[in-house]
Amino acid sequence: MNPTNYLVLSAILFSIGAAGVLVRRNAIVVFMCIELMLNASNLAFVTFARTNGTLDGQVVAFFVMVVAAAEVVIGLAIIVTIFRTRNSASVDEPNLLKL
Amino acid sequence: MNTLASLGALVAEGPVGVTQNTGEQVTFWVCATLAVIGAGGTVLSRKAVHSALFIALTMINLAVLYVAQDAPFLGMVQVIVYTGAVMMLFVFVLMVVGVDASDSLVETLKGQRALAGVAFVGFLGLLLAGITDSLSGTTVVGLTEANAEHGGNIQGIGVAIFTRYLLAFEVTSALLITAAVGAMVLTHRERAEPRKSQAQLSTERFTPGQHPVNKPSPGVYARNNAVDMPALLPDGTVAEDSVPGPLRLEGDIRDADRLAIEEAEHLLAHEAVIIDSSGGDPLDASQEGRE
Repeated sequence: MNPTNYLVLSAILFSIGAAGVLVRRNAIVVFMCIELMLNASNLAFVTFARTNGTLDGQVVAFFVMVVAAAEVVIGLAIIVTIFRTRNSASVDEPNLLKL
Repeated sequence: MNTLASLGALVAEGPVGVTQNTGEQVTFWVCATLAVIGAGGTVLSRKAVHSALFIALTMINLAVLYVAQDAPFLGMVQVIVYTGAVMMLFVFVLMVVGVDASDSLVETLKGQRALAGVAFVGFLGLLLAGITDSLSGTTVVGLTEANAEHGGNIQGIGVAIFTRYLLAFEVTSALLITAAVGAMVLTHRERAEPRKSQAQLSTERFTPGQHPVNKPSPGVYARNNAVDMPALLPDGTVAEDSVPGPLRLEGDIRDADRLAIEEAEHLLAHEAVIIDSSGGDPLDASQEGRE
């Protein structure tokens, strides 16, 4: 099928994710929006792989998934640590990081 | 405008080499709609748990789209790793941080939402223009040949990972180990004082002022088992210990003496009932008394 449709969908999802990162306050929701952007880029990679007729795009998407998993682990650990000290998961609060 | 028109033409006809496939088109339109609904819900829902469920919806639909695009392995990995592991990790952390922590609707920066909307539209426009520009004139090859080369999609990806992308794959393992160790270091908390041994606990329990065994539980049995109701000792006096400490400090103890008198009256009344029905089964009588 037409790869343009997939790429347009990917662009829409990516933009929604970017808007979410800009708008939302809750650090966990911001993280979810970053995941959404990574997923959108993965869809683009898979579509490129099909357009070009090689599996390289799929391999890159696979690596993106691995990096996303590692990033989620670290990010959520940081959120839990901040929540322990500040008792809040809002991204407005950690401006108090300077002590 | 020009770009939009050519994008419309690309969506309608597609680049060179596109074969129209009705089944895939239906799949695409259903899954794409659901994915966009999920993405919108992620951004717009106020509660973080709802966001998590919405983004899980998006991810599952993307997995279907991967499978539809000759990437069955990535589709499965998407379901297992993303929706299975990553999203559950999100939900788990939400549980730790507090499920009902919803966002406040107060804008701390003035006009932030409006500006974010402008950024959204502008960014989307840029991306679409880029897509149009890059796709017009390209030929779609399709993955049938590449998948068949090593006997299947999974075999093909395996060959690619373990030959051309071997270095990246090895570096990935280092990244994953670093992430795991980092998560443990970040969330680790030292004990403020060393753990007490069983001998120490036992010694402490028998120091003066401590209660060596369980304290009596509250409630005058068979009539009332509320926590603010002190137990009665065999001689009819009140066991203050049986009421939990915080209630005792606030003076929330019910007057047990008066209740003890009522209890005695109740028992006496029931004894009379039991004596009255002396012809009956004693078990029945005691069950009546309990009611």
